[in-house]
Amino acid sequence: MDPEQNAWTRRHLLGMDGLARHEIGAILDSAQAFRDVNYREVKKVPTLRGKTVINLFYENSTRTRTSFELAGKRMSADVINISASSSSAAKGETLLDTMATLQAMRPDVVVLRHGDSGAPHFLTRHLDAGIVNAGDGQHEHPTQSLLDLLTIQDHLEEMGKTNFEGMNVAICGDVLHSRVARSNAFALRTLGANVRFVGPPTLMPSQAEKVFDIKVHHNMEEGLEEVDVIIMLRLQLERMTAAYLPSVREYFEYWGLTRERLELTQPHALVMHPGPINRGVEIASDVADNPNRSVILEQVANGLAVRMAVLYHLCTGAARNAAQLGESA
Amino acid sequence: MMRVESLFIRGARVVDPAHAHDGVADILIVDGVIREIGKLAAPADIPVIEADGLIAAPGLVDMHVHLREPGFEYKETIAGGTRAAAAGGVTSVAAMPNTKPVNDDPSVTGYMLDKARMAGFANLFPIGAISKGLQGKELTEIGLLKAAGCVAFSDDGLPLMNSGIMRRALDYSRAFGALIIQHAEDSGLVGCGCMNEGEVASRLGLPGIPNASEDILVERDIRLVELTGGRYHVAHISSGGAVASVAKAQEKGLKVTCEAAPHHLVLNDTDVGDYDTNAKMAPPLRNKRDVHALQEALARGTIGVIATDHAPHEEDSKRVPFCHAANGVVGLETLLPITLELVNQGVLPLSKALAAISCNPARLLGLDRGTLTPGCMGDVVLFDPQEQWTVTSQALHGSSKNTAFAERAVKGRVKYTVLAGRIVHQEG
Ligand SMILES: [Zn+2]
Repeated sequence: MDPEQNAWTRRHLLGMDGLARHEIGAILDSAQAFRDVNYREVKKVPTLRGKTVINLFYENSTRTRTSFELAGKRMSADVINISASSSSAAKGETLLDTMATLQAMRPDVVVLRHGDSGAPHFLTRHLDAGIVNAGDGQHEHPTQSLLDLLTIQDHLEEMGKTNFEGMNVAICGDVLHSRVARSNAFALRTLGANVRFVGPPTLMPSQAEKVFDIKVHHNMEEGLEEVDVIIMLRLQLERMTAAYLPSVREYFEYWGLTRERLELTQPHALVMHPGPINRGVEIASDVADNPNRSVILEQVANGLAVRMAVLYHLCTGAARNAAQLGESA
Repeated sequence: MMRVESLFIRGARVVDPAHAHDGVADILIVDGVIREIGKLAAPADIPVIEADGLIAAPGLVDMHVHLREPGFEYKETIAGGTRAAAAGGVTSVAAMPNTKPVNDDPSVTGYMLDKARMAGFANLFPIGAISKGLQGKELTEIGLLKAAGCVAFSDDGLPLMNSGIMRRALDYSRAFGALIIQHAEDSGLVGCGCMNEGEVASRLGLPGIPNASEDILVERDIRLVELTGGRYHVAHISSGGAVASVAKAQEKGLKVTCEAAPHHLVLNDTDVGDYDTNAKMAPPLRNKRDVHALQEALARGTIGVIATDHAPHEEDSKRVPFCHAANGVVGLETLLPITLELVNQGVLPLSKALAAISCNPARLLGLDRGTLTPGCMGDVVLFDPQEQWTVTSQALHGSSKNTAFAERAVKGRVKYTVLAGRIVHQEG
């Protein structure tokens, strides 16, 4: 059997929860290969010719949507973007109504960004296509996690490591509402890293230690000790009015990433952020722009390669599944 | 001529928890009323049910049902809902007032009673609203509503959050001996939560609802019962903490009771699985420790009633992402088998289990039902306690199929449901 088929047999990418080490490895390996395409003179390969990818975005995210769009196009897939603005009341209905239309287009892969946790799981029950979760509610954002992993992997050597085993990673800020935090915690634990969540108690998920197998710190100084990687999370400013936090000023004072706090980490520690950054809220400008530490721009570049890899695995995987169904029918 | 409201049931195992009776006997129902139970000779002119191997119990009483009519007939009608009741062996249902219009006026009560009488599948006992329009602001005409046929009062679906109004409701209702039923969830703590707060919610990224939301409101209400001396009942209790509070209040001699729903007694938050909207209800499915605490409280008698919170929803209300799905599940047709599951698991003996779905709720609501006493209405359920079947949505009789027990293998099959001597359901 082709070893690659062995490594990735899933029809959908719904989350990092439950992915095995070799499955994560398979995507990261392909992403490495696809990254080269983006530095060629002709940035296009015929890999997904004849495949249809639909980007279905219920939340504004130019960055993620563009990244998926470009990823599909560079592999010669037909890419369709649907941006559905959704009033919160009719959100669910809209999704179900859209589904029939989508099914008629017979897409190979649907990339879904939606404000409700579990929306992509819902889609898998009503559509034949492979589904990529491009962020669902407060649940998961697996491609963001994969690009974070690829970015960390690129810097293993500076850390004196060959893999993620035993690496200390701090995920800081609004963990409760962060899909990035969830996906990264699941994936990093699977890969053998030690993970901590750092942030105010109101922004921690219930039973986090048990669910994610991590440590929780409410004190930023304590949480940053000895870490190799810091993943800062974006703070949704509406949290203030919802009484999760008293003010931006107080938040930055206690949980903002400053140069002094960065000193507490390993000298090689990487600073990551899923973007866009609220400067002076979760991270000080001089830290965000520090070329020796901040890898925020590398993250963006790696996003494209990871999404190419994911589309590749799901398109060809979904095709395999369809072929098998055809044989048995 | 055969008398249709008369019936002879031969050789059933008669279990009547109201009198701690359990033994093989014949039941004679004449003109809709139980005439005699014992070793009898069948009269010549009335139909006979051969009930060898079946258990005959009082027709079941479900004190927490949503029938959706008037106003939400696309979810369920009184005829459809009582048809489902009959299929589940339930001969008496108490219907919650969150209809449109709300049952906060005697005319609505009368309308519901007429509809049920015309349908003829089960006795309907309406529950009136505590506050006008379920707004939580002004008390309803509790006296007039009771005179029109309301057997208890509740704003179910919505908690009565205002302590002052709750105090008045408990106080005022004493004049009529009326029971106040609370949907106990502190809405500030529920927030935008859509499942139990805990490991599963954290993993699924769904906003959680802590047990404290229920514990706090039950504790508050118990203080108000102490203050007023009213009769207070907690609907669909779900948390171990709230059950402990009820037990303490009962020890003090306060008129505090509670019911648990079958789903809270056997399912837990892991049954949400991959965002299964049929596992979404209010209060939510709690964790295994709470389920265990509920079962123990049922065995001890702190929880005296099992009530389904039967809440039909059309498919579209459930075919949406989890957070947007309507709360609630249907339960009338799985009430008996799930209750028997608790018996088979050794949680409580058969007679006590049947009491929780017959005489106990009847007594709380002041109904002369839920017993096989001669002179009482001939409402009987005959079931085979051994027959196995699998719950499927196709097997359900109501309009809505939102069951939390789909694909569950259960034991105990209703064979006949008899309402005032008339067979209203017979298993094929
Ligand atoms: Zn309720």
